[in-house]
Amino acid sequence: METLERIIVQHPFFAGLDSSHLALLTGCASNRRFRAGEYILKEGFEANEFYVIRSGRVALEIFEPHRPPIVVETLSDGDILGWSWLLPPYIWRFHAHAVIETRAIALDGKCLREKCEQNHDLGYELLKRFARIVAQRLEATRLQLADVYAVK
Amino acid sequence: MNMSAAIQLDPMLPAPYVVRQVTKETPDTFTLTLESSQGNDGSRFEPGQFSMLWVFGVGELPISISGDPAEHGRLTYTVRSVGQATHALVSREVGCGIGVRGPFGRGWPIEQARGRDVIVVAGGIGLAPLRPVIYHVLRNRKQYGRLVILYGARSPGELLYRRELAAWARQPDTQVLTSVDYGGLRWHGHVGVVTTLFKYARLQPSRSVAMICGPEIMMRFVTRELENNGLQRQDIYLSMERNMKCGIGFCGHCQYGPHFICKDGPVFPFNVIRPLMDKYEL
Repeated sequence: METLERIIVQHPFFAGLDSSHLALLTGCASNRRFRAGEYILKEGFEANEFYVIRSGRVALEIFEPHRPPIVVETLSDGDILGWSWLLPPYIWRFHAHAVIETRAIALDGKCLREKCEQNHDLGYELLKRFARIVAQRLEATRLQLADVYAVK
Repeated sequence: MNMSAAIQLDPMLPAPYVVRQVTKETPDTFTLTLESSQGNDGSRFEPGQFSMLWVFGVGELPISISGDPAEHGRLTYTVRSVGQATHALVSREVGCGIGVRGPFGRGWPIEQARGRDVIVVAGGIGLAPLRPVIYHVLRNRKQYGRLVILYGARSPGELLYRRELAAWARQPDTQVLTSVDYGGLRWHGHVGVVTTLFKYARLQPSRSVAMICGPEIMMRFVTRELENNGLQRQDIYLSMERNMKCGIGFCGHCQYGPHFICKDGPVFPFNVIRPLMDKYEL
């Protein structure tokens, strides 16, 4: 069985972090399993974690009363879920639920925020990694908005 | 000289074909199977080539061949109804006549891809010109490495060849990933643009050839993603689309810089056309 430390060390998101930072992250990590249909996070609730998806599929969705949720994106093996823990007011902006059974590593964002305040090197390294993900998703969203397959 | 020989000699003269089958793929997209009404076998083509289809009394259209290149005697086309001529084409019923010129153009690099992994990236109706490549690779499985098919569409209802996609995914050394821009309640697959699928594809860039077809904006983003993944420009091929009329490089309607899409393409290596893709006027 893979240890949490090994999974974190081998994940591309954490590549290049020094061993003290990796040890710190591992200390904030725990294994989680979500059943198909189970909500992982909900809009408006406190955002105190982020997730490394090990296997499965997660739908990120916009909630609207009396209407089916709008799935804006899915995330799957190896993806990172959640960055609201990093930015005030630390509130989730979307719902996310497991489409199929999903295994993930949860990282305690509240604990990490405190550690980042104390250790700016760690904070900068994490911010760089999340900034890259935000940029990739922004680019994908722009392409999605372009509705390229529509009849023009 | 009989009529059949005359048709073969004159590429501007349409050969008479008959619609043998019409299959509804999506609400606006249909696959037509045609047979020569003269009994001659004018159905040989290379994956990626196109024909000019003549709807009598309406007009002529360039349409990529979407069938199996090893299946002789028939020509298959997948057509999306987006205007008067394409609507007339998809409205042809079994037994109706259609004029066919071609096949024309340069197709996908199936010879260069031999012994290597084949990455097929398609968007929307762009899967149709790539389907012959998929048939070819699966039919000649030992001659190619892994087959990776990444396919994006607007919504689940607009995915082409859904049964075949599922069947291809079950083939050895074949990875099929589909994604839609807008999922629905019943869609349990990926949601997001086709470029988001690359991170799930186990690519080996140094031994891969990529073939892309879809809206040009999509292809621009896909080429960028492929380059980020380590593919060289000469190993990336795109199928371009412009206003093709004669199909043989005479009329100039489809001129693309120094190239004619109909004759020099429609499939081009990315390193050849990359400088042209930034030119607004082209």
